[in-house]
Amino acid sequence: MAVAHTTVAPHQHVADKPLEYQNPVQSVKILGFWIFLATDMLLFGCLFATYLVLRTHTDGGPTPHDIFDVRGFTIETFVLLTSSFTGGMSTLAMRNGNKRQLLTWLIVTIALGLTFVGFEASEFVSDALRGATMQRSAFLSAFFTLVGTHGTHVSIGIIWMIVTAIQVAKKGINPISARKVFVVNLYWHFLDVVWVFIFTVVYLSGVVM
Amino acid sequence: MEAALKPPRRSFVREWILTVDHKKIGIMYGVTALFFFLLGGLFALLVRTDLLSYKGLFTAQSYNEFFTMHATIMIFAVIIPLLTGAFGNYLVPLHIGARDMAFPRMNALSYWLYLVSGIILLLSMVFGMPDAGWTSYPPYSVQSHGPGIDLWVMAIHLSGLSSILGAINFIVTIHKMRAPGMTYTRMSLFTWSMLVTAYMQLFGTPALAGAITTLISDRHFGTVFYNSAQGGDPMLYQHLFWFYSHPAVYIMILPGFGIISEVLPVFARKPIFGYHAIAYSSVAIGFLGFFVWAHHMFVAGMAMSTGIPFMISSMIIAVPTSVKIFNWLATLWSGSVEYTVPMMFASLGFIGSFIIGGFSGVIVAAVPLDMNLHDTYFIVAHIHYVLFGGSVMTIMAGLHFWFPKVTGRMYNTKLGYLSFWLYFIGTQVAFFPMHFLGLAGMPRRIASYNPIFQFWNDVSTIGAYMLGLGTLVIVSNLLYSAKRGRKVAANPWGAQTLEWTISSPPPEHNFDDLPVVSSNPYQPYPEPNANPNPTPSPTPAPV
Repeated sequence: MAVAHTTVAPHQHVADKPLEYQNPVQSVKILGFWIFLATDMLLFGCLFATYLVLRTHTDGGPTPHDIFDVRGFTIETFVLLTSSFTGGMSTLAMRNGNKRQLLTWLIVTIALGLTFVGFEASEFVSDALRGATMQRSAFLSAFFTLVGTHGTHVSIGIIWMIVTAIQVAKKGINPISARKVFVVNLYWHFLDVVWVFIFTVVYLSGVVM
Repeated sequence: MEAALKPPRRSFVREWILTVDHKKIGIMYGVTALFFFLLGGLFALLVRTDLLSYKGLFTAQSYNEFFTMHATIMIFAVIIPLLTGAFGNYLVPLHIGARDMAFPRMNALSYWLYLVSGIILLLSMVFGMPDAGWTSYPPYSVQSHGPGIDLWVMAIHLSGLSSILGAINFIVTIHKMRAPGMTYTRMSLFTWSMLVTAYMQLFGTPALAGAITTLISDRHFGTVFYNSAQGGDPMLYQHLFWFYSHPAVYIMILPGFGIISEVLPVFARKPIFGYHAIAYSSVAIGFLGFFVWAHHMFVAGMAMSTGIPFMISSMIIAVPTSVKIFNWLATLWSGSVEYTVPMMFASLGFIGSFIIGGFSGVIVAAVPLDMNLHDTYFIVAHIHYVLFGGSVMTIMAGLHFWFPKVTGRMYNTKLGYLSFWLYFIGTQVAFFPMHFLGLAGMPRRIASYNPIFQFWNDVSTIGAYMLGLGTLVIVSNLLYSAKRGRKVAANPWGAQTLEWTISSPPPEHNFDDLPVVSSNPYQPYPEPNANPNPTPSPTPAPV
């Protein structure tokens, strides 16, 4: 291999990049997180496939039509979609270097996330009280696993966002905390996209069909 | 100069336990995986020993545990970690001219997860071994008593997590950390194969995680995914499992293809033939590898109309594989071939055995033939020709090729040739008779069998012992030589990839100055009788 040895100047024109991408180390980490999201997407893909296979296998027990509560899942959807918007606002505030706004939007997002998890938990509890447990039929095993995995992801996202907010509050906005705010929001948007599929594939088609 | 570069002496903990250096992590992967190779081999010998008598020397339960442990260890604790963890970690940053992986700490985490996963497998030998085969199909794996299957699930989960983190690391490293001038088409073919492997691990492993999580949930939390009495579907597990585990077959061979593509041109003293064809056929295998999984289920109750597309895709995947084989043969063609130990493993050992496994692969891909051959010893012959004759031969080629780079020393070549012949002959003796047994109808995974199969089983067991002996020779030769072997220069083989431009073993930061690359590492070698140091053209003497 033909090789010459020189020292290479680092890339210069960084000022026109968003804050979280300006430091090359941080921008590599963001790429790594995108790739992690690809693998997480595959996990949800498998759970969706499982659900689609077992959707009609109700074993004479509750059907999707019996247990899905339109009012409940509509509220969950609106709450989560709104939280994605407020999360986006926090990224914008981070890029503008406005720490107070950034913290406010993060807290609003966390609050909406908690609301979502609360609604989902109460939905699960009322299902279980009516005898629709995940042990009842293959359909319910698949339903609770798919939606529950998403709910677990959201709960982890909430904890993560709280930790990020504490870091921002303590250390202010710098290339590292900027990257952390950006990445936690990537994760949050990803969960939002997954929910859009859950809404369509699980709830909407469950109620309609 | 040497003294200035010498790293300061550090305690064992600092040097190894806390290290984030990709080379040290690679070595730790390699040593750990070689330990598990010995253990997995021991289980293989127990399996073969049981079959010395047609009645079976051990109980059926022990036999089930032995073959489950053998396959689990060999796949998850040996071949995948050796090829991706050891060779990948050690070589990829060196091949692309980087100082380390993109995420060094995560790289260390991958290793430690792998180690814990291996320790859990070891613990299962105390608390109860898994007994449902490495595929762990329900309903048996749901009904199996004892902690064996639970420990198995834990071990596979951790090893899967380790794989995913490793894959993210390789993908980001190869895309972002290449030295100046290192375009994609100047990368080594090993790097190409690692890139494709990493994408396959990334996209495949989550399916395995889903399959075994639902399995353990069925075992302990009362869900009914795979319980057909309550609407569950045992076939679903097989789909999820093979969506990972068939790509895993390519995960276990693609880095090996990369090793072969590095070894052959060096000892044929020629540039590799068809660089682009070899690189892009890896990509084709990686892509097609995700569309063949259901060929494991032709007789599991799948509709024929579903089987045929999988039969066709499985046969098509033989095309990019053949593209590689023909390019390797063309690389050897009219080269001045030097039969060193790594070359023996790569040429006769790997190409010679892998072709047989490739052919039998096309045979079992055909639905009507597979209807007869499924779950017979023919399948056992096929997987061992591709995994042992394929993957393990490439591992041995790689170990003997890069050993002088990693240690700065040379192994005993006489013992190297001895181990090669034990391996090559042992492979044929152990695995070729299994074709006959399978065609005659001997089912796999049984502890006792019809006495008419006795003869070829005995032959196969003799071959297995030869392989065990060969393994002992290799491991002791390499371990002894790592400390006592003859010291060698930085580039004993005359190879062209970047790791050979630096000292052996390489300094901790790899490159004093980052290399600037202007061509791929497969350039023509000078003619053997040409003067290596041509006299410079005379310059006029100063007056």
